[in-house]
Amino acid sequence: MNDMTPITTTLKDWETDQEVRWCPGCGDYAILKAVQRTLPQLGADPAKTVFVSGIGCSSRFPYYVESYGFHTIHGRAPAFATGIKLANPDLDVWLVTGDGDGLSIGGNHLMHVLRRNVNMQIMLFNNEIYGLTKGQFSPTSRIGTTSPSTPLGSIDRPANPCAFALGAGARFVARAYDISKELPDALKAAHAHQGAAFVEIFQNCIVYNKDVFEGFTDKKNAPQNQLWLTDGEPMLFGSEKSGGIKGIALDLDRLELKVVDVADGNWQDAGVLVHNAKNRTIAHLLIEMPFGPFPMALGVIYDDPAPTFESAVIEQNIAASAGKEASLAKLLAKGQTWTVDGTAQDPN
Amino acid sequence: MQAPPMRLLAPQKNFIAAAELRTYFAGPIQAIGVHLAREQEQIMATKAAERPADTQAPEAVVVRFAGDSGDGMQLTGGQFTLSTALAGNDLATFPDFPAEIRAPQGTLFGVSAFQINFGSTQIETAGDAPDVLVAMNPAALKVNLAALKPGGLIIADSGEFGQRNLDKAKYDRNPLEDGSLVKWDLLAFDISALTLEAVKPFGLGNKEALRCKNMWTLGLALWMFDRDREPIIEWLRGKFRKAPELAEANIAALNAGHAYGETAEISGPLKKLHLPAVEAEPGLYRTITGAESVSLGLVAGAQLAELPLFFGGYPITPASAILHHLARLKEFGVTTFQAEDEIAAVCAAIGASYAGQLGVTSSSGPGIALKTEAMGLAIMTELPLVIVNSQRGGPSTGLPTKTEQSDLYQAVYGRNGDAPMPVVAARSPADAFECAIEACRLATQYMTPVMLLTDGYIANAAEPWKVPDPASYEPFPVTFLEEKNAGDDLLPYKRDEKGARPWIKAGTPGLMHRIGGIEKHVETGNIDYSPANHQAMTDLRKNKIEGIAVPDQDVVLGNQRGALAVVGWGSTFGPIHQAVRRARKAGLDVSHIHVRHIWPLPKNLGELLAGFDRVLMPEMNTGQFKTVLRDQFLVQAESLTKTSGQPFSIAEIEEAIAKYFDGILGNEGGTAPFDPGQLPEPLSGYDDGTYPPRDAGAAEPNTGSDTKAVNQ
Ligand code: SF4
Repeated sequence: MNDMTPITTTLKDWETDQEVRWCPGCGDYAILKAVQRTLPQLGADPAKTVFVSGIGCSSRFPYYVESYGFHTIHGRAPAFATGIKLANPDLDVWLVTGDGDGLSIGGNHLMHVLRRNVNMQIMLFNNEIYGLTKGQFSPTSRIGTTSPSTPLGSIDRPANPCAFALGAGARFVARAYDISKELPDALKAAHAHQGAAFVEIFQNCIVYNKDVFEGFTDKKNAPQNQLWLTDGEPMLFGSEKSGGIKGIALDLDRLELKVVDVADGNWQDAGVLVHNAKNRTIAHLLIEMPFGPFPMALGVIYDDPAPTFESAVIEQNIAASAGKEASLAKLLAKGQTWTVDGTAQDPN
Repeated sequence: MQAPPMRLLAPQKNFIAAAELRTYFAGPIQAIGVHLAREQEQIMATKAAERPADTQAPEAVVVRFAGDSGDGMQLTGGQFTLSTALAGNDLATFPDFPAEIRAPQGTLFGVSAFQINFGSTQIETAGDAPDVLVAMNPAALKVNLAALKPGGLIIADSGEFGQRNLDKAKYDRNPLEDGSLVKWDLLAFDISALTLEAVKPFGLGNKEALRCKNMWTLGLALWMFDRDREPIIEWLRGKFRKAPELAEANIAALNAGHAYGETAEISGPLKKLHLPAVEAEPGLYRTITGAESVSLGLVAGAQLAELPLFFGGYPITPASAILHHLARLKEFGVTTFQAEDEIAAVCAAIGASYAGQLGVTSSSGPGIALKTEAMGLAIMTELPLVIVNSQRGGPSTGLPTKTEQSDLYQAVYGRNGDAPMPVVAARSPADAFECAIEACRLATQYMTPVMLLTDGYIANAAEPWKVPDPASYEPFPVTFLEEKNAGDDLLPYKRDEKGARPWIKAGTPGLMHRIGGIEKHVETGNIDYSPANHQAMTDLRKNKIEGIAVPDQDVVLGNQRGALAVVGWGSTFGPIHQAVRRARKAGLDVSHIHVRHIWPLPKNLGELLAGFDRVLMPEMNTGQFKTVLRDQFLVQAESLTKTSGQPFSIAEIEEAIAKYFDGILGNEGGTAPFDPGQLPEPLSGYDDGTYPPRDAGAAEPNTGSDTKAVNQ
């Protein structure tokens, strides 16, 4: 995000005249609405906002947001976005990618945009499938996913997008899912973060990978399956009605997380951890918690800003230019020169 | 000064064969055994007294410095080049780096050479066969010997011809002593020992002291060609500002080499040669390599367009030098970005163009292949972009450090879909400046990616450059669209009379719009797959590029019509020009046409070519441009091809021209064979087994500070 004068807009101002062309019921609709709802709350200026995407269902996103939009080529959106930010750091860039676009063909670029810490919001829509190309398994598909290219089930071990991001050096990692009411909060936090802010959004592809996230998105069981993290708050989940309140604690002997029961709201005694979004080690543990024995960690998992790439580049450009005259004539005549009579000169 | 110890192992003959070289030598050089004794020096002095009067100085001389990659031959060559320029001679140089990053010392594939052709006449190539070969070790001698003109002079550091180095170079016997060099004149002496002696007072370690060998050699060369040492001494003082003792040691070595020449002259074998200055337009000059020239041209182009320059690059031989140069020019509004790969480099450049800067990327063949999809996007979204391709031998990793012009198909045709793109080709290091400006102009005026073709030869070669006045170039300032262009509507693809769409900088208030790689509506730019629309857009893209105003093709040398036109493009300019000049001197009706605008072609080219009975097209590929011209103009042309990773020699093209006038039908064109005399080429490498060479496909050869020699 950038320091800019807030602009008053409504959700309508962020809609384009283009017909939205995702499959009916696709999780992308919910994400689009969440974004369009969030942008006015951020005071964002449509003229200073750029949505950049690669290729895939998710990457159609820019066509539907009334701002600047660049639908680029498969996997390379982070590189385009980096060029945009270096050329004009005042632009507020949102990058839209998917599990195939961002982690398969574009894994390299995603790694480097995170490592460099280019200031932008990166939304990775993870539906664990290639939707646009009709349903092949993706790098996040679980082992055994049957698809046109894996009729006997996939055998690749899946990638964990947030673990990838953190491993690549991301300074902000958040997780949400398409229809979660907390998604706008995650987006706002990402926007508030100076630097590359990575948000994994679980997205339901109802055509090719329907309800694959139902395990934790299912409303009924949400309380015991979702751990929403808030900086400074204890890591509590569950409900009194079903199974009781639980918390996440650190098993010091094994250096692992564990689930503990919380009796009478006394989470301190149960040893429940207080979420510290600046703790990179705990962030790793939270991201790697296997769903099932553990709830799914959601919300802002890690948020510890560091200087951004483009500010460092600009700073260096300014420092390198300081006191230097940008005279092309002098530049061309630089170094050891001579006139035809053989006189050596050095104009510098 | 006392005469230094010296060994003379020259063939027994009275005069050397090459007439040009006669002036180097005072007279007969006798084989006088391995040890030089006082008496023998006296004999030589006597002989010197008998030597004939100086003959006429040659018009031009070719000198090649060859040594181990660690010997600093590029630096020696660079400084010798500068002194040549200061002496007012015209010149052309060609450095030849070893392909291996740090090849084992003393091996055949670790040899690095630098060739300079200079003279009192117009010089346009680095020369064919060298007249003088400076060989700093056995490997350098072995690799370069075949190149040397019969009767040419070998200067060898006998101190490096020990058993170990002879073994590494696969010599069974010491060539300095076994009479195998009888075809040439040989001056062998222990440069290593002489250098150690000269730098003794400075207390350097043995290794550091030996590093001054190249300056010793340079000193000798400066003496041979009657050059002033002062600029080099100044340069050394500047270079070693932080280590004055190193500066002084190097200067001492330089002076010792120079003094050695003087003493040797007195004693007989060498003579000073002075080549008079060439007539040149008055003005300020400097030497420039193609890589520098491209960089400066890009900076100038961006200034003429009144735009900041964004350069996205990724290390690759021989293109990295452009990134290195631009990275030092930040005060000119240049941002350089070393990306994670070739693809990211071009994509970031397109992103920068989208945000209103002039996006530029550069690479060589394999990297260009990777950028191809992104170029298609720039064509589709009609954003300015300059892509510099410093061509090298291909396909695949090919010959990273050798030159070729085999990416012409790739440049003109090599994209998916109907994806037309202008292509401009530089013909020399200095010309690359003009071409880079032209590429910037086309990109910004026509909203299109443009490819600028140079090659390994142009990138590395240096030539004198009359420093142009930037004010003499017509500016082409860019106007961004600031307001809606159709009443209340914005039409991002509404074209101007040139067929170019408006450039709308992301961030401009009120002009929000979306673009991308999917086919777009002819005016709104919204996604539109309809058949009529795709037909219309394909035509518009094609017509825009074909309609680019390209200057009419001229004839560089010769008549506008006639018996034979030799048509070239790119770095073949020098050899073609010289060959045509010589053929015309011999009375042949030949013209030289050199094409800069490869795509779209000059409108008059077809008609111009039709005015010649025959057309010969020398190309360092298998005939790619010939295919284009045949397709466009139905020109019947013969190819003269060369794909040995070497530039053409003048002689090869002269020979090919002669075949049109020899009365024999059907022998025209063909392939110029590999010429062992042209550029140093490792004799072995892979078959060595002991030292498997490393792949330098994506890396700059380690030239240390060498490349900076002439670009301080
Ligand atoms: S294929 Fe799946 S992800 Fe793509 S639009 Fe349809 S439902 Fe959404």
